[in-house]
Amino acid sequence: MSAVRLGTVLLTGVLLGGVIYWCWPARPAKAASLKPDRERHAAPDFALKDVNGKTVRLSDYKGKVVLLDFWATYCGPCKIEIPWFMDFERKHKDQGFSVLGVSMDDDGWDAVKPFVNDVGINYRVMVGNDSTAEMYGGIEALPTTFLIDRDGKIAAVHVGLTSRSEIENGIEQLLQTPAHPAGGSGRVSLPAEFVGTR
Amino acid sequence: MWAQGNQYLTAEASQKLVAKRGTATEAQIAVSVQPGFHVNSNTPSDAYLIPLKLTWTPGGALEPGTVVFPKPQMEKYEFSDKPLSVFTGDFDLVAKFKVSAGASQGPGIMLGKLRYQACNNNSCFPPKTVEVRLSYQVQ
Repeated sequence: MSAVRLGTVLLTGVLLGGVIYWCWPARPAKAASLKPDRERHAAPDFALKDVNGKTVRLSDYKGKVVLLDFWATYCGPCKIEIPWFMDFERKHKDQGFSVLGVSMDDDGWDAVKPFVNDVGINYRVMVGNDSTAEMYGGIEALPTTFLIDRDGKIAAVHVGLTSRSEIENGIEQLLQTPAHPAGGSGRVSLPAEFVGTR
Repeated sequence: MWAQGNQYLTAEASQKLVAKRGTATEAQIAVSVQPGFHVNSNTPSDAYLIPLKLTWTPGGALEPGTVVFPKPQMEKYEFSDKPLSVFTGDFDLVAKFKVSAGASQGPGIMLGKLRYQACNNNSCFPPKTVEVRLSYQVQ
């Protein structure tokens, strides 16, 4: 085989390999579910009480990857995702990851507390309010799940029941990306009237 | 808590109610759930689910009684292990009333509120309320 033919064969092989790598369906859909860095916006900060009455601020999670789940006890699809989120919390909490659940139940803790205890939710749960929902674009459908990167920016939004693997792929990709040193948290500090407690 | 926003259901009285003082009467309320959505029935399968509920504002010539709901559908959804007791599409509620013996003759309007909570195959929506207006004539 001449050097020219050998070169052509090798080049074709490399090109084919590249095409197969990028098009192969089994390739994890990581990039598809996350927004590129330049399209990410700061996740609005909030201050809400958790089940123990302690104030939870999103800004407390600076430098961590956060899964922020808007849900309700009456929401069937939310109840499919909650056990996944409990798994994610167990599996990734030592890597700088936290799940925060914001319940949008009208009945507040009367509805949420028994549910949290029944299910044994292992992450922090708060009761949200209108202003929390408005800050996040006026949450209408539940569940709505935000993945927030280590810079405090919204990297993905999933509205409705989403596949477990899609969410987990997003988390894993974000965990592999360090925070940008110069950018700080990137989170917006809101005026007091927007920071609701309940 | 939430702003009412989009509605996933409509409800209206099928016709004007005409009844005599001191008698029992009933009104049909036509309910229509948007295609692709369902609402919990009046007897949901899970304590956490929010039932369909019709209430009337007190006052006027009509004394509200029971509300008769149709038989719910037991539907299986991807997000639930067991079938859920729901209503979909078009159905009627029957609202029973008693016309006060001392009611004055003439027209009136009864105002009701139908509270519901809707979901589709992969999302649920906050509980909402639609107003139901029932015109009546006491003879």
